[in-house]
Amino acid sequence: MLQLKNVSLTLEGEHGKKQILKDISLTLKKNKIYVMTGPNGGGKSSIAKIIMGIYQPTSGKILLEGEDISALGVSERARLGIGYAFQQPPRFKGIKVKDVLELAVGDNTKVNICDLLYDVGLCSQDYLNREIDASFSGGELKRVEIASILARKLKVAVFDEPEAGIDLWSFQKLTETFENLNNMTDTTIVIISHQERILRLAHQVIVVSEGKISEITTPDKFLGEIEKLETDCRCKNNCTFIGGRTDVQCD
Amino acid sequence: MFNVIDKKMLAAVADLHEIPQGAYNIRKNGQGVERNITANIDIVTKKDKPGIDIIVKPGTKNESVHIPVILSQGISDMVYNTFEIGEGSDVLVVAGCGIHNSSSQTAQHDGIHEFFIRRGARMKYVEKHYGEGDGSGQKVLNPKTIIEIEEGGSAELEMIQIEGVDQTIRDTEVRLHKNARLIVTERLLTTSGQNAESNITVELTGEGATAQILSRSVAQDDSVQVFHLNMRGYAPCRGHIQCDSIIMDKARVSSIPEITAYHSEAELVHEAAIGRIASEQLMKLMTLGLTEEEAENTILKGFLA
Repeated sequence: MLQLKNVSLTLEGEHGKKQILKDISLTLKKNKIYVMTGPNGGGKSSIAKIIMGIYQPTSGKILLEGEDISALGVSERARLGIGYAFQQPPRFKGIKVKDVLELAVGDNTKVNICDLLYDVGLCSQDYLNREIDASFSGGELKRVEIASILARKLKVAVFDEPEAGIDLWSFQKLTETFENLNNMTDTTIVIISHQERILRLAHQVIVVSEGKISEITTPDKFLGEIEKLETDCRCKNNCTFIGGRTDVQCD
Repeated sequence: MFNVIDKKMLAAVADLHEIPQGAYNIRKNGQGVERNITANIDIVTKKDKPGIDIIVKPGTKNESVHIPVILSQGISDMVYNTFEIGEGSDVLVVAGCGIHNSSSQTAQHDGIHEFFIRRGARMKYVEKHYGEGDGSGQKVLNPKTIIEIEEGGSAELEMIQIEGVDQTIRDTEVRLHKNARLIVTERLLTTSGQNAESNITVELTGEGATAQILSRSVAQDDSVQVFHLNMRGYAPCRGHIQCDSIIMDKARVSSIPEITAYHSEAELVHEAAIGRIASEQLMKLMTLGLTEEEAENTILKGFLA
């Protein structure tokens, strides 16, 4: 379905050029859930943005159903069926929840925007006519963002840390929503997450570290190794292991 | 009586697609051309200067009065209108001015509206300004709005400059008495070379008075906007000024909010922000399939809605 072939990314920063992604190759199949995990700054969000077209790769190719989409911009990829839920979605003065959801739904008449809000744990009566402005909490914003992706008929849906800012009840609902999306559509689902319950949804876990894919494995294997690392750790300093195995250093 | 251009302007400034229900007075090129009064709303021509007196009887509910002005010639028009909104009434006043100028002469309308909102009365006032026409003459609109809100009265003002006005100085002065309430929603768009100045002064003189000014503007091309929003609290009262502008291209925006408390229990807040459209906002809408231009238009339309 979606392939990244030898994708590298170099960005200009305050301290000059920095290579963010190094020769990434990935094949993501339809009707599968992939969870990307790994240490912060390892390159997960950059891969997501490369898929959406927000970043253009310095080298390499991106193929959707065999077609080279590397040169296409964000809007064009969106119209081809790629969606991206931002880690930190923007706020809009003057644009209401229903405006964004109606844009997302487009001519997909089968989708009811009230149901979408329910799926992410929001009451449509309270939210449809609210502006997505500073009055929104981070969690509310995140849920509207996820709803805007669920609204669309997508070939590839990328969620960047969807659980951030979401309470326990909504988190349960969120995991059910991902399962439903997987059961009812052929969408390739890519979720960037460190959460065990989301990792368990994955058909494959992709570990990204230092701009490279360090491992592609199953949730059981990945979580088993984490558990072993935690047991073996003797420093008692609450070391975080998920996705950071290559960087683990006990003080 | 009304040609195609007149009808277009009436629709733009007063949402009038036909002769309205209720009271109305339509002014065209400096002359009153259509008028209707009702049992509860009287309209009387002033004798000492151009303009009208609009008198709403006490207790009038759910009635409206439309007083649009249209100019389709390069002339200068000045009008003084006085509104008496009777005690306990609840009315909608729709004003607005449209200029179609296809000449090389300046077409200018200066309107001075004075309102007396009596005890417990409620008024919603909608004023839209719009300019069009391919002449080189300027389209100038200078509205002055003076409002006195008596005890328990309330006014909700929607003041919107849609497009096409080359020069405007908008002066608004409101005085609120005990438990009076005011909401001002201002929307302003300027484009190539246009100048807009908005001066709003609110005096909260009575205990329990509340006022909120929400001003949003978009300045494009090389247009210039200046906002002076001034709120003064003389009693235990609450006031809030929020002034947001989107700046684009080579435009210039000055936002000068001022709050002054003359009483220790006056609570006044001002917020002002000027900025361009955030790239994240554009990007979000583009991830939904909009082009960059469509995303920009969606953001601007929502911001000025």
